[in-house]
Amino acid sequence: MLKQRKRTAQVHPEFRRASRRKFPAPLVVMAALLFSPLAHTQTDKPMSPASTKPGVDGWGHPLTTLPKDHKSAPAPAHDISGIWDAPDMSGNQVLGAKAFPDDGKPEHQLPYTALGLETLKRTKPSNGTRSVLPGDTNDPVFKNGDPQGFPREDLYELRTTQILQTPQSVVLLYQFGKIWRVIWTDGRKLPKDPEPRWFGYSVGKWLDDSTLVVETMGTDERTWIDRAGRPHSADLRVEERFHRLDRDHLELTVTIDDPKMYTKPWVALDKFVFELQPSSFDVREMIWSPSEYEEYNKLMGNTSSDRENQ
Amino acid sequence: MKMIRAISFVVSAMFFISVPLFAHHGYASYDTDKKVVLKGTVTRWIWSNPHCLVQMDVTDDNGHVVHWVAESENPSTLTRIGWTEKSLKPGDQITLTALPVKSGNPVGRIIEIVLPNGDKLTGRVNPATEVKPDDAPKP
Repeated sequence: MLKQRKRTAQVHPEFRRASRRKFPAPLVVMAALLFSPLAHTQTDKPMSPASTKPGVDGWGHPLTTLPKDHKSAPAPAHDISGIWDAPDMSGNQVLGAKAFPDDGKPEHQLPYTALGLETLKRTKPSNGTRSVLPGDTNDPVFKNGDPQGFPREDLYELRTTQILQTPQSVVLLYQFGKIWRVIWTDGRKLPKDPEPRWFGYSVGKWLDDSTLVVETMGTDERTWIDRAGRPHSADLRVEERFHRLDRDHLELTVTIDDPKMYTKPWVALDKFVFELQPSSFDVREMIWSPSEYEEYNKLMGNTSSDRENQ
Repeated sequence: MKMIRAISFVVSAMFFISVPLFAHHGYASYDTDKKVVLKGTVTRWIWSNPHCLVQMDVTDDNGHVVHWVAESENPSTLTRIGWTEKSLKPGDQITLTALPVKSGNPVGRIIEIVLPNGDKLTGRVNPATEVKPDDAPKP
């Protein structure tokens, strides 16, 4: 059963209208969307007691939600475009990949190879069971300002994601870091022995009317798979399975396959559900600038820890 | 300037069932079994990534002014739960409840802020992600 948001929010008129008509085939608007601002942003909602004011989108407009009795229209064929929100902060994944968080539970232990375990020991995340103090982490994102790359973009701070489609590609616009990825759907093959890239090389193929399967390889070994410092090699292959359940819900499953680091493939994100937002939803900008991060560390990074007392 | 007293500097031994996990930091830095309740004056409100920070002056029982800094989530998250860039401003007298850092430094993680008009701003608490690294078995 899909969760309904409890947030005090308006039911957007677009949802009401949409419940009485079919979602318009977006092919006509895709070209326009391609040139729409790549601005995104943010998400979430409290798990804790609500604050006294309602949440807003990036433009300051009140958040909207599906009505409780809302029945979604069927999924349009070969179409996952839209502004998709990850409700309830569910994509934060601060302990690492959502399906395998680094929480110490035996069922969440990954099938490391000897090399994988050895490589893991060299990563020093600042969250999870192996967490170190902020100043001691070697997380390439926090320490070096590196792009978090792929698949970490799916596995850490997965927030509002806008998806655009053209006849040749599917374009993902991630809120976190204002990152975009192109998934080629024009039938091309993955490159052989490509130059590594932070976000690799991705091709997609429609498995059926509502499921797009994406294969990615050629990612940069300097990146971590997730926030918990799970490693990968140059041989990493990632499968993303986007399955549009109905007009208003999209599922994403991410599978990691890296024989050098793991003895078998493992599902890092398992049927993660996004909710479609009104097309007027403005995605809030979410970028960690080096200057802001430096100020944060100046005030918090060292003062929060006192090595003499550790 | 009106003397602000720390009405309470309560270190409770109560256990927090729901402990926020910080997007970046140091969960390892915080004592999640304690909390402090501070009354003081906001000196700076930093609305930025990776986490928003409030700096405030609190006068302790000995009359010394202590400069506290406490963090919450990033602006993107906070705008979803009722916070804004204008939620706080220098001079605001607030009551702040926070998790303190283990080191004893005047640094905390915001649980809740009560504003001058009585409104509350709640820090994110996400039971789904709770974990205590020190308690968890090592891989």
